[in-house]
Formats: sequence, C-alpha cells, structure tokens
Amino acid sequence: MQGIAHSYIPNPQHKDDYALKRLDLNWEDGGAYALLGPSGCGKTTLLNIISGLLDPSQGEILFDEKKVNGLHTRERNIAQVFQFPVIYDTMTVYENLAFPLKNRKVSERRINIRVQEIAEILDITPDLNKRASGLNADIKQIISLGRGLVREDVSAILFDEPLTVIDPHVKWLIRRQLKQIHEQLKLTMIYVTHDQLEALTFADKVNVMLDGAVLQQGTPQDLFEAPAHTYVGYFIGSPGMNILPCTIDNGHAIVEAEKIKIPAVMAKAGEKAKGPLKLGIRPEFTMVTSSNNSDATPIRIKKVETLGNYRIVTAMLGKVIIKIKVSEKVQVNPDANNKVIFNQDNMILYENDKALNLQ
Amino acid sequence: MEKTPNNKAWFLILPVFIMVAFSAIIPLMTVVNYSVQDIFGPDQRVFVGLEWFKETLRDSELHGALLRQFIFSFSVLALEIPLGIGIALLMPKKGWGVSASLVTIALPLLIPWNVVGTIWQIFARVDIGLGGAFMNAMGVDYNYTANYMDAWFTVLVIDLWHWLPLVALLCYSGLKAIPDAFYQAADIDGASRWKVFRFIQLPKLRSVLVIAVLLRFMDSFMIYTEPFVLTGGGPGNATTFLSQFLAQKAVGQFDIGPAAAFSLIYFLIILLFCFIFYKMMMTVGKGEKK
Repeated sequence: MQGIAHSYIPNPQHKDDYALKRLDLNWEDGGAYALLGPSGCGKTTLLNIISGLLDPSQGEILFDEKKVNGLHTRERNIAQVFQFPVIYDTMTVYENLAFPLKNRKVSERRINIRVQEIAEILDITPDLNKRASGLNADIKQIISLGRGLVREDVSAILFDEPLTVIDPHVKWLIRRQLKQIHEQLKLTMIYVTHDQLEALTFADKVNVMLDGAVLQQGTPQDLFEAPAHTYVGYFIGSPGMNILPCTIDNGHAIVEAEKIKIPAVMAKAGEKAKGPLKLGIRPEFTMVTSSNNSDATPIRIKKVETLGNYRIVTAMLGKVIIKIKVSEKVQVNPDANNKVIFNQDNMILYENDKALNLQ
Repeated sequence: MEKTPNNKAWFLILPVFIMVAFSAIIPLMTVVNYSVQDIFGPDQRVFVGLEWFKETLRDSELHGALLRQFIFSFSVLALEIPLGIGIALLMPKKGWGVSASLVTIALPLLIPWNVVGTIWQIFARVDIGLGGAFMNAMGVDYNYTANYMDAWFTVLVIDLWHWLPLVALLCYSGLKAIPDAFYQAADIDGASRWKVFRFIQLPKLRSVLVIAVLLRFMDSFMIYTEPFVLTGGGPGNATTFLSQFLAQKAVGQFDIGPAAAFSLIYFLIILLFCFIFYKMMMTVGKGEKK
C-alpha cells in the first residue's frame, strides 16, 4: 500500500443539515492521526464513513486513487476499535483473534502462526485459551484491537474513543502500547477522541474538528504554536489560549482601551482586514511583572492557582479574562500594581476566528 | 467492620415473613398435611404416611398423563423458542413498523385463557368453524373431537397462537439491547449473517431465552384451561394433561389425599426441570475451554 488518498466531499443544501460539512482530507499511509473535537462534532461520523459503515451522502473516498465508495466494509481492508470492547462472548481469546481470518478462509496453519504473532505483540499470550467474556475491560479492548491487527491485509485501523471504559491507570499503558504497535507495524491509525492529551500523545497529525468541519490539521506542535482557528487555540492547551477581541490602531492592538504592542507585519495585515479581529496569545507566552515597563499592560489579578511546578494566574484586563502561566519560582502578589507582558513572537491575529496569514 | 448484634432486626423482616407465610408456606403445608392422611369427613381422618405417594406413583393413568405432558411441553419449547427467535429477527428495527408489529404481536397475550379456548373451540369446529370447515373443504380429514392427533395438534396450535408472541417479544427486546458496535465489528471481521447470529445474537439472547424457556416450560406444564374448554381432555384421554388429571381427582372425585400427594409430586417435577434448564442454559458455552 502506498499513500492512501482519502477525499470526502459532502455538499450541503443547508449547512446545518449535515453532521459533517464538506471537507477534503488526505491520510498518508503509515501515519498516526487523531480526530479531536467535542462530543457531537462529527468525528465518529467521519470515522464510520472511512470504514464503510456509513455511506456518505456526497463525495468520494479514494484508497490509492481507487474509489471505494460502494465497497462494503468487509472489502475495505479496514479495522475498527469501538468505544466499548466488542468481543465474541462464547469464544476464547484465541478464537476471537482467529475469527476475522477464518471468515476470510485463511488456512488453519497460517491462522495459528498469525494469532500467536499478534498475541505476542499485544502481550496476551497467556490468556489465549481463556474465555474472552471473563476478562477485564482493558484486555477485552486489546482483543478488539487484536482482531484488527491479525489481518495482514489491513491498511488502516480506526479507533473510536477506545479508552472510554478503561481505568485511568491502565489508559496510559494501552496508549503506549498503541504507539509501539504503530511504530512496529507501520500501519495507518486514525484515533478519534475528545481528550486532547490522548490525541496529542498518540498522533503525528491531529485534526481538530468542530460542528462537522475540520478546523486544522497539523502536528501537535503546530496546533500549539500556530492554531489556525481561535477554537483550536482555546481547545488545545491547558489552560487554552487567551483570545482578546481587539482593534488595530497605529501599530498597536487596542484591547479594552489598552494599547498592546504587536509586530509591524501583523498590524499591517490587521489594518487591511474587514472582519472582527481577535488577538490570540497562549498563557505560556505571557509574563506578569510589577515593575514599570512601557510595553506592559496593567491588569487586576483575581486568582493565583499553584499546580505542581507552575502557577496559573487569572487576571482581568478591563473586562476580559486572561490566564497567565508562570513558573512556581515566580512570586505573584495579587495586590501589587501588576502588569502583563505579551511575547510578540507568539501572538496570532484572527479575523472572523481564522488566523491571518502574515506572509 | 464492627457488627453489633441487634435482635430488633428480626422485626423488620417480620412483615415479609408473614406475607410469604400466608401466600405460600401455609397453603403448601396444608397440602403436605392432606397428602399424608386419608380424609373421610371433616372429623374423620387417618394418618397413612407415604401411602398416597406410593399409590400415585404406581397409577398407570398418571403415567399416561405425565408422558403426554412431557411430550406436550417439549413440543411447545421445541416450536416456540426457535419460532420466537425467528419472528424477533424478522421484526422491523425502526420506523412505524416497530409499534405496528409490537401491537399486533402482543394482541393474543391480552386474551384470557378460557376465551382463547372458546375462540378455538368454535374456530376449529368442523361444521360451523372457519378453520375446521376450511380444512375439511380443502380435503383434509380434520376433526378435533374425534381424532386423537387432530385434538393434539389443535391444543398445540392454540398454545403457539397464545404464547409465541411472548417469546417473540422477549427475544425482540433482547435483540434491541445489542449495541450497534457489535454488528459493525462483525461486519469489519467479515462475518456472515449466520455467524452474526451464532456468535453475537444468540449469546446475547441467553438471559432472555432463559426466562422464555422457564416461563414457557412452567406454563405449558400446567396447561389446563385450553384443553378443558376445547376437548374436555378427550377424545378418550388424548389431551388429558397433568392439571386436568389432578382436577378430576381433587374436585371431581374429591380424593383429597391422593390429589395432595400428586400436587406435591407435580410441584417437585416443575421445580426440578426449571433447575435443570436454568443450570444448563447458564453454563453452556461459558466454562474454560481446552
């Protein structure tokens, strides 16, 4: 398999009628992808369309330039792991793993070799002869995954919030195992989740979705440093990006009547823009100071929370709330005459919630 | 945890105890009491020990009724369970058809036993009954009042008509409870329709099937009204099942002692079989495999 091209294009009559709005996406062979977004944003719909459980109302799905739209799920070489573990209760673990191969009339000898191989990778060899129904949820979920891996022709594995029912302390173990499997087998994996931590640790490329649209596809670093949409900025990161409604005046951004110095190119682009502008800056790229600095903006501190080795400062800039992330070594006195400094290199200007291209 | 002994707790279970005593234990013990005595009149009674039990077990009429009863109950199970599953599989899963089919199917369940018996008694009559007359017109020599097999067949059909809906509804609810993901996973695993049934639907139906089998076994084993209304146990004693046999003894001939002994045996048979069915169905396909 080389390079799976998947483009899928529904064409809405009315925008709100569609769970998934018109979109084009490319999935490359061997990549680890995540679909990240809140509940009901169309992640699962998109996933089911890829696997063929759902037929898209419009658009085309191409695997290797070959149209697979009409193709039934079982002919698509795709495996899917669901939110809840799906196992065949009356079968042993071995039989569960062998089931997809048996259905495809693979020889008994071949099945045996393959099942042993996969059991080895998944670390469930000792359980092979046990009844699958008596095992824990996490092992069951591993078995569900195994049923996907066992097929040699599988070109992609889809995960639909697979860790929902798994105990927190086992979650990261499984996540690491998934990552290892990905590196070992070089399979395309698409992982749906609403948990940013899961998405960011698992995937090379994350698609952030909202209301049936993909807002941004990028590496975890891209999403953090250059969110293309205010929602991405807000959704990724903890706490999310500060989004400050602003206007541009004479090379400065005006937020709540306070002047904030921004890079010259940005000011230029902002002056040309027509839609409402917002200035985005991550809490990580802001600083609190009580000294007199002409570039700093006065704020009122409401709350300081210490979380491990950093502090989150919640402050008011006029009527807008901003969050500032500082090291635990920085002492913050809420009653002092505090000011905030924004790092100009990490500012992003949004027009209609979309990032302005400064090039 | 420290537990403090407090005898007041007994008072809390007293209401339940009294209710169970009056609804089950005392009536049952009365029957036990009758079963070991020969009662001639209100003040004349003799203790006879296990005599009635021995006599009952030797009774060849009873053996006949018991055999007929087993054949009947197992025929009912053999027909109703597979047919119930089949109907449930064919019922629509969404849309207006769901409520339409549910209501239609549930209708027979609303009709009282003796009415069901009467309906069929008329329906199957050769002279004026729609069903009976029709079959004869088609050239089938059918007469439930004269022919042993026809009477049997009719009672069986009545039971199917009356109770198959229950099995179908139970199975339908069981099928509806299976999450979509199972079907989707089976699709991805390339399972055939038969394998979906064998490895997903059937195992998931286990608990409702246990209920269906137990209910239908108990109910059919105690069948009384329908044959009573339809044939009165005839022709000959072709459709005399255990309940009818018991009623003849207890009410008809007023042999309270033997009837009581027989009731207890009856009760124990049902208990035993329900236990066996339950154990079998709960363990099949569950133990460790080699």
